[in-house]
Amino acid sequence: MKNEQRHKEAVKSLLKVADEIYTHLDKGHIPTMGVPSRTKTNITFNQRQMVWKLGKSKTLRSAKKLDGAYMLLRTLYMIEFIEAMIKANKSSTLREMYYISEGWDKAKFGAQDESNKLAEDLEVVTAHMREDFKLRPEEDGARVIGNITVNEKNRKGVEKKINCRDDVGDSGYSIPYNVELDKVKFGDCDVDFIIAIETGGMFDRLVENGFDEDSRAALVHLKGQPARSTRRFIKRLSEEKDVPVVVFTDGDPWSYRIFASVAFGAIKTAHISEYLATPTAQYVGITPSDIINYDLPSDKLTDKDVQALKSELTDPRFKDPFWTNEIKLQLDLKKKAEQQALAKYGLDYVTDKYLPEKLGEMGLLK
Amino acid sequence: MTSLGIAEELAKKHKEISVAEFFERNKHILGFDSPTKALLTAVKEGVDNALDACEEAGILPDIHVEIRKGKRNEFKVVIEDNGPGIIKKQVPHVFGRLLYGSRFHAIRQSRGQQGIGISAAVMYGQLTTGRASTIKSKTARMDTAVTMQLMIDTKKNRSEVLKEDFFVWDGKEHGVRIEMFMEGRYVRSKQSPLEYLRGTAIVNPHASITFIEPDGLKHVFERVSEKLPDPTEEIKPHPTGIELGIFMRMLKSTDKLKVRTFLQTEFESVSYRVADEILAKAKLDRTIRVKDIDLDRGRAILDAISKVRIQAPSKECLSPIGDILIRKGLRNVLDGAKPDFYSPPITREPRVYKGNPFQVEVGIVYGGQLPREHQVQVLRFANRVPLLYQQGGCAITQAVEGMDWRRYGLDQKGGRGIPHGPAVIMVHIASTKVPFTSESKEAVANIAEIIEEVQKGLRACARRLQTHLNKKVRKKKAREKFDIVQQILPMIAEKSSELVGKPVPALGPVITQIMNVIWIDDTVEYQKKRHKITLTLYNYTPTGKKLSLYAEVPANCIDDKSFSLAPTRMRSSGKIRWDLGRIKTTEKLDITFDLKGLDKRDFDECELYVSGITAANVIGAEALPGDWDIDGEEPELAEIDPEVASAVASTELDDIPVEPEEKDEDTHPIEKEKARPDMDVIPMEEKRVKPDKNTLPKEEKKAKPDKDTAPKGEKKAKPERDTLPMGDKKARPERDTIPKEEKKVRPDKDTPRIDKRKASPDKSPPPPKKQIKSTRDKPPKKHVQSKLEGLM
Ligand SMILES: Nc1ncnc2c1ncn2[C@@H]1O[C@H](COP(=O)(O)OP(=O)(O)OP(=O)(O)O)[C@@H](O)[C@H]1O
Ligand SMILES: [Mg+2]
Repeated sequence: MKNEQRHKEAVKSLLKVADEIYTHLDKGHIPTMGVPSRTKTNITFNQRQMVWKLGKSKTLRSAKKLDGAYMLLRTLYMIEFIEAMIKANKSSTLREMYYISEGWDKAKFGAQDESNKLAEDLEVVTAHMREDFKLRPEEDGARVIGNITVNEKNRKGVEKKINCRDDVGDSGYSIPYNVELDKVKFGDCDVDFIIAIETGGMFDRLVENGFDEDSRAALVHLKGQPARSTRRFIKRLSEEKDVPVVVFTDGDPWSYRIFASVAFGAIKTAHISEYLATPTAQYVGITPSDIINYDLPSDKLTDKDVQALKSELTDPRFKDPFWTNEIKLQLDLKKKAEQQALAKYGLDYVTDKYLPEKLGEMGLLK
Repeated sequence: MTSLGIAEELAKKHKEISVAEFFERNKHILGFDSPTKALLTAVKEGVDNALDACEEAGILPDIHVEIRKGKRNEFKVVIEDNGPGIIKKQVPHVFGRLLYGSRFHAIRQSRGQQGIGISAAVMYGQLTTGRASTIKSKTARMDTAVTMQLMIDTKKNRSEVLKEDFFVWDGKEHGVRIEMFMEGRYVRSKQSPLEYLRGTAIVNPHASITFIEPDGLKHVFERVSEKLPDPTEEIKPHPTGIELGIFMRMLKSTDKLKVRTFLQTEFESVSYRVADEILAKAKLDRTIRVKDIDLDRGRAILDAISKVRIQAPSKECLSPIGDILIRKGLRNVLDGAKPDFYSPPITREPRVYKGNPFQVEVGIVYGGQLPREHQVQVLRFANRVPLLYQQGGCAITQAVEGMDWRRYGLDQKGGRGIPHGPAVIMVHIASTKVPFTSESKEAVANIAEIIEEVQKGLRACARRLQTHLNKKVRKKKAREKFDIVQQILPMIAEKSSELVGKPVPALGPVITQIMNVIWIDDTVEYQKKRHKITLTLYNYTPTGKKLSLYAEVPANCIDDKSFSLAPTRMRSSGKIRWDLGRIKTTEKLDITFDLKGLDKRDFDECELYVSGITAANVIGAEALPGDWDIDGEEPELAEIDPEVASAVASTELDDIPVEPEEKDEDTHPIEKEKARPDMDVIPMEEKRVKPDKNTLPKEEKKAKPDKDTAPKGEKKAKPERDTLPMGDKKARPERDTIPKEEKKVRPDKDTPRIDKRKASPDKSPPPPKKQIKSTRDKPPKKHVQSKLEGLM
């Protein structure tokens, strides 16, 4: 679908939402708007796409309640804003939209969280991506180093070939916020696997140790909870070039969620899981078993950690024997470990010993 | 045992034993049983006397109290007033002789009763320190003031003047100053001179009181009312409930020959007709002589008295504080705790116990910084004197304890005992003879009639508190919805119609679905010494509604001419009723009127009640309580049930936005001037004649002849009798003229009562519509555009 067309369709869908509210009022009904609820109890596994997607349960926003009435009003203002923006052929960041909402009288948001969430709601309700609304995140994409060639259209509309090993500095290739086909195409790809790394420290360690060349790997820095574009980039690369993906994070409950968002889809973005998730992605570590097996320096779990682990036990995405066992083990150990705890055995230990061993088990390194 | 009985005994005894000895033996009943209490009692006796004297002389009291610490546990107590003073000759008697007083034989509401008080203080001082007291006095007629040092000759019960002098009292026209020395212990507890003076200030808002504590700390209780209590009249005993012994003694000492004359002249409220009725009921001849009455016949007469309906004693012998002044007094003293709410105080009608008229007043203060966890503080007062001791043995306390306070929003274990919560309860009993449990006048005796009256007052006042709290809670809950329909929904309508390019839809149906209540707002503004009250009724239900609205405001301050909508009924007691015509769905109705002659803080909010509609569907007013309209009219419970009627008939009609009758009403506005004389309100002249009396109940009854069937009328007659003031007799001739006027009222009843000039400018949902208009092309949109420009 051409860009123009996508935006037009998006506006049309948005106006349908407004029309529904109007029609309610016109017929003398209390206006409502159903929004699929984005909670862990409302995600279901899609066998065909192998990702976790939103289920059927909806929350009804009704003008009968003050919160609901505010949400409906904000929805209308946001629709008006997006419509005007597309008409004017502009785009804005989510943050800019939040600031603009200051002028929306009673419809203004209390915090950017709220406006971000409403934008996501509109994605869900209209089945469009927020890029179609010309809304983009201000977050910069993550870094990539490895022997992959990316053809990226620059601002002048000219396609540029960038080799992510030879044409970049130490910080690598930076993933743009739009990684769709009209912007990013993949050229040659000479790697055996993609390794997505949670922390910058570990990313830099692998770069310094030359892990990408030695092990024929593409290194992707996730920067904590990965941005949509990073996940989309990983998914496209993995599927189009048929390269396996592994995820390497700290050994704590929050990191498992990072893995889950890459592999299964995040709850917040479950409505677009099929765009973002890479179902074949595997987890390297740090696992709770690693803490024992490698005798890693560890920290005590905090109350919040324990809570998060327990919540993961009831999270359908973690319902498999591997995760159940590991999480239970960690609850017993009451410990967590960082990726960089491997430095206990020297700076090269991670590339010389730990990763080769773990990746070997997975059959990714010979 | 009554105090009169004891006093008599005392009088007999003081001949046989020395007064000192008697005092020593009885200092507990006189309030001097501990050093702590002695200081309090001394101050109290002095201040009570000062207030009595000032009031009798018609002087606004300025009272100065000082307690100074001397050597060891010796204190100097000083009480000075600006009262009429005491003539030189009387000074030694007043202060140096027990059982010498001016009030002993008078049946009248005053603080002093026994003629013991101040001389007991002097005596206590003398016994504990051996020192004389100094009295300074000046009357207006005396050229110079007199000062006397005196002691009491305890053998003779006579005072001994040690020294006397004339002197020039700087700038003082009249008044008394007492200086006494006594053993004591100064505290600041709940039972202390400070607490006593604080209480005194509450119930005597017309007094200015300064108090200097031993450490030099000065407390000033300013005068907050320039109005002296109404002067009280001395009265004869009322026959109801009089005791046989007293009755027999009265028979013995009368100079009347016939019982009939005796009854008529020596008792309150007994006419010859009533006397005859009594004698007939007692099966005695109406010519029977006084000397022929033996104990049995006496008893028969008392029996008969209890069966004959006798008018309540005249109010003139009692001087209640009144709701507005109670409130002023409470505010003056308790405002430091920043209470949320001063429940409108209750002044009950006078009643009688054992032949003595009494009157109960109640006030409740709630919230703010009053302690939430503690027991409620009960402030007890008798004849404007705070009672600080023997709380447990007092009828007032028992009345409080015997009520279930839980339903009024206070904590109370098992529904008995002193409740807990952030409240202060004040109860005042005014009587020509307060039945104290002892001479020290610390607690009111447990008398059924009194407890009953106190509880009635407490209930009424607590209900006002409850009403206020309910209203607050319900409004808070419903406020959200109000915001939705008033603000958010109109914006949703506007924005969505803009986006889809269609006309703004009518919001009436949605608004009524969301709210489905009658919303009543009351606002009070104080301007130019007037409380401007606006009551706004929004009908946020899907159908038209008819209802009666009742408002209660302080007595005697409504400006009759200020009503934007003439009330259906109104009383000088501050009760107003409107039988409102149908308010159409999503319409509103404003009613405005003024109160005049009140200070700003005398009034915060109306009490609002409704009838003729399910109160659960009303926010901002409560269901009319059954006993609301005590002075006559019974609450009307729905002539037609508008809920039912409108649900069936008016749905379609009401939802049609154009109303044909509108025009009609515009061309026939109700003219206030015309409407007024026909209105069922108290005519101004009558008010002037009897400023304080409610003579209306009877007329009220006639106003509704169609409704009133015989048995009902009789039921109503009862309470009237009790509450009917003496003045009623005078009122009688007028009664005949009133029904005629009433007839004129009738036709008016059918004319629409909603003041359309006020009510109708906004036709369909009024506030929303206005907003919709004004928000077209408004800034936010421009804002968006300019921001976008900035983005390029
Ligand atoms: N400050 C005063 N100014 C004028 N008259 C006073 C003053 N104090 C007392 N009297 C007069 O002296 C009388 C005696 O006072 P006292 O306190 O002994 O008795 P009482 O007030 O009549 O009764 P009780 O014993 O109940 O106090 C009073 O009745 C009053 O007439
Ligand atoms: Mg006295």
